[in-house]
Amino acid sequence: MSSRVTASSPHMHLGHGTSQVMQLVLLATVPGFTALFFCFGWGVLFNLLWVPACAVACEAVVLKLRRRPPLATLCDCSALLTGVLLAAALPPTAPWWLGLLGSGLAIVLAKQLYGGLGFNPFNPAMVGYAALLLAFPVEMTRWLLPRDVGDALPDFVTALGLFLGQETLTPIDAYTGATALTLFREELGGQTVAEFWQSSPVLGHWSGTGWEWVNGGFLLGGLFLLYRRVIGWQIPVTLLGALALLATLFHDGGSSASHGPPLLHLFGGASMFGAFFIATDPVTAATSARGRLVYGALIGSVIFCLRAFSSYPDGVAFAVLLGNFAVPFIDRCTQPRVRGQQK
Amino acid sequence: MSLPTSPRARMHGGITPPGNKQQSLRHPIRRLPLPPQLIVPVEQRGEPLPELLVSVGDRVEKGQCLARGRGERAVSSHAPAAGVVTDIGTQPLPDDQAGGLTCVTIATAPSTASTRCLPPLDPARCGSEILLQRLRDAGITGLGGAGFPTHTKVLAAIGRVETLIVNATECEPFITADAALLQERVDDVLRGASLLLQITGASRCLIGIQDDEPAAIASLQAALADARFQLCVLPARYPHGAEALLVHVLTGKEVLMGRPAIDYGVLCHNPATLHAVARAVLHGEPLISRVMTLTGAALRDPGNYDVLIGTPVATALQACGLDEWQHSRSLAGGPLLGVELQQATVPLTKTSNCILATTEAELPRPPPPQPCIRCGLCADVCPVRLLPQQLHWFSRSGELDKAAAHHLEDCIDCGACAYVCPSAIPLVQQFRLAKTRLAEQRIRQQQADLARERFEAHQARVANQQRLDEQRRHERAALLQRKQAEAAARAQAVNTVTPASTPSPQDVIAAALARVQARKAAKLAAAPTALPPEGEAPP
Repeated sequence: MSSRVTASSPHMHLGHGTSQVMQLVLLATVPGFTALFFCFGWGVLFNLLWVPACAVACEAVVLKLRRRPPLATLCDCSALLTGVLLAAALPPTAPWWLGLLGSGLAIVLAKQLYGGLGFNPFNPAMVGYAALLLAFPVEMTRWLLPRDVGDALPDFVTALGLFLGQETLTPIDAYTGATALTLFREELGGQTVAEFWQSSPVLGHWSGTGWEWVNGGFLLGGLFLLYRRVIGWQIPVTLLGALALLATLFHDGGSSASHGPPLLHLFGGASMFGAFFIATDPVTAATSARGRLVYGALIGSVIFCLRAFSSYPDGVAFAVLLGNFAVPFIDRCTQPRVRGQQK
Repeated sequence: MSLPTSPRARMHGGITPPGNKQQSLRHPIRRLPLPPQLIVPVEQRGEPLPELLVSVGDRVEKGQCLARGRGERAVSSHAPAAGVVTDIGTQPLPDDQAGGLTCVTIATAPSTASTRCLPPLDPARCGSEILLQRLRDAGITGLGGAGFPTHTKVLAAIGRVETLIVNATECEPFITADAALLQERVDDVLRGASLLLQITGASRCLIGIQDDEPAAIASLQAALADARFQLCVLPARYPHGAEALLVHVLTGKEVLMGRPAIDYGVLCHNPATLHAVARAVLHGEPLISRVMTLTGAALRDPGNYDVLIGTPVATALQACGLDEWQHSRSLAGGPLLGVELQQATVPLTKTSNCILATTEAELPRPPPPQPCIRCGLCADVCPVRLLPQQLHWFSRSGELDKAAAHHLEDCIDCGACAYVCPSAIPLVQQFRLAKTRLAEQRIRQQQADLARERFEAHQARVANQQRLDEQRRHERAALLQRKQAEAAARAQAVNTVTPASTPSPQDVIAAALARVQARKAAKLAAAPTALPPEGEAPP
C-alpha cells in the first residue's frame, strides 16, 4: 500500500474524457454531412474520407518529429475532428491536393507549431480554410449547383475525376454556379427581394436551395451538442442573434438596397456550421460565460459585415479568426466576480 | 410537522456525482465488537500538551478522563472502554500526513462496570459558563470536519448570532452518518440545537439538508415541533456542505472570504456535534464514540456504525467484512474530500465521519492527464466562480502573482473542477500546491518587508542619534564659549586692576590663528599661477 503513489482528493472522476467530447462532436456532424452529400454528391464523400486522413497523417508525422507518443495523442480524436470540419468547409469539387495542403496548414501550422492540442490560439480548421481561400480563390469558390437546380450532379466517375485533378476530362463549368449569398451580393440589380426570389431557381424556401438543408443539418447536430452539454448555449445564440439582428436591420424592407432577409443569412453559407461547430471550439474561444456572449456576438456581427460589405460572399472563417484574435482581450475584460468578493 | 422553507439563494455551479448512499443505509446504526486495542488521541493540534491523568500500566474505566487540556481551547479526552494503558506516545492519525499527535493506547478488557459519567445538568438552571465548561469537560469538538473545539466556537457566538444553522447537507457521495443519526436519534440532535440556541441567545435554527436523504427529512419533519426550527431542503449538489456556501444558500448572506460565519450572525454546527452536546449536557456522557459510515465495495457489510474513538481503521474494516483481494485503497472521508490512508493502523478520531474501503472498479484511479482544451466545464461547476483553466495555466507556469490576481486564494478546495475535467487534469491538486507556494511567498515577502522596516528604522535611529550628538556638541561648544567669555570678562576685570603682565592665552591662540590664515592665503595666491589657463593648452 505504501509503495503506491497516493493522490490527494478528489478521488472520483466524472469519467468523460477529451476523446469522448471529440467523438460526440464528430457524431453531431452526421446530419450536416448527410445533407451536404445529398445536395452536392460524391465530392463531399471524397473530401470527408480524404481530408481527415491527411490531417491524422500530418499529426502523426509532427508528433513523431516532436518525439511525442503518436498513438496516445491521436486517440484524443482532435486531429480527426479538425480534418472533418475542414472537409465540411471545402467545396465538393476540391482536388486532392487542396485537402492535403489545407489539412497540413491546419494541423502543422495552426496547431502543432503552437504546441499541439489546447495551445493553439487560432481555430486550426479555419486557418487551413482561410489560407486556402487566399491562395486558391478559384478552386475554393467553385461550388456545385445543388441537386434540383443545375442539370445534374456530377456522377461518381466525374466527381472522382475532379477529385483527382483531371479537369481536362471533366468540364467543370457545367456543374458549378453561384451560391445564394453570392447571388444576393452581385445580381440583385434593381429588383426587390421578392422579385429576385421568384426569378432565381437557386433560392429555395428560406435561403439557398440545398444550403437550407445543409444548415438545417448542422443546426440539428448543434442542438444535439447543446443537449449533451458538449457546448454551451452562449456562443451559438449570440452569434446567430447578432447575425439575425444585423440582417434584419439591413434588410431594408426587402427593397433593392437590401442585403437579404435574415433567414437567408441564418440558413445560408456556413452560418449554422460556424455557430455550432467552429466558433464553439473551446480551445480558441473566450473563457468565461460572459466572455462567450461577447465572443459570439462579435463573430456574428463580423460575419454579417463581411457578407454585406466585403468582397467575400461568406465570412465565417475570417470572422472566427478575428474573434480568436480578440479572445485575450475579451478574457481580460470579462472576468467573473468571484463569490465573496465585493461587487 | 413543519413544512420546509425554500433556500434564499442558489449556489453557483456544483456537481452531482452518483450518491452511493443506499449501501450504508440498509441497516440501522450498529455497534462494532469491542476492539482489542484503542489508540485515543489526547492532544489537539495547535494546543499545548494536555495534562495527562493516567500513566502506562494504569487501569482505566470506560468514560474515565485520560487527559485534561491546558489551553483556552483545549478539551478533555476520555477512555472509550475499560482496560489498561499500555503506551503513551506520538501516533500517526488519518487526517494528518506529517507527524502525529500524542495518543494513549489502551488494551481493552471487557468490563461490567457502567460508564463513568459526569452528573447530568438541567439546562434550565445552568448558566452559559457551566454549560460551556461541560462541553469542554466532555471533550466535545466539531464532528463535521475540522474538529474545532465546540465550547470556543459557541463562546465566540454568544450574543452575536441570531441564527443557528444545522449543517445536515451530506453532499459528499457515500457518507450517510448524519442521515442515519437524524433518522434514529433526531430528538437528541434537536435537543442539542435547543441548548446552543439557549447558550448563544440565537432566535432561530435553520436545518439544511439535501433532498437525496428523504428518510432523514421525514424523521426531522416528524420531530420538529418548535416554531424556532425551520427545515430547508436543498437540491442534492456538491459542495452544498461547505460552511460559507451553506450560509449563503440558507440565509442569502454572502460570506466574504476569510471571515467567519459568526460575523454574519450565523453559527454553523453539524448534527453529530449537536447530538454529542445533548448527550454531554443532559446525560453527562463524555464523547467516547461517534456514528460513522464504513462503506465501499470492498466491505461485505457496509453501514453506519457507532464506533469507539480510537478504534484502529484495520480493526473496524475487518469487523465489516473487508475483502482483502478486492480492496484497492481506503479513504478517510468521502471520495471528493477524503484523504487516502497510508497505513491501516491509524485510529478513528472524533472527526472521522467515514471510511471508504473501495475497489479499483468502484473508484478507479484517474487516467493520465491530457492537455487542457479550455472547455470551461471547470468554470461552470466552480461554486466560487473562479476560472480554473486560467488558474491552471498560471499555477503551471509559476506565475503566482497572476494566479493571485485571479483569486487563487478564494478557492475552497472542493475539487469540483478536477471531478469534471475531461482532460483529467488534477486541477485542485495544482491549486493546493500553488496556494502553498503563494503562502510561502507571502511569508518571505512579509519577512523581507519586516527586515526592510527594521533597517529603515535603524537608519532613522542612527540619523537621529547623529543629529542629537551634533546638537549636544553645539550646545557644549556654546556653553564653553559662554564660560570662556565669562572667564575673559573676569580676566579683563582683573587686568584692569593689574595691567601689563604676560599675554593672556586667548591672545596667544588668536596670534597663532592669524599666522595660519596668513600662510593659507599666501598658498592660495600662488596656486593658480602654477596651472596653465584653462582651454589654452598648447596644440
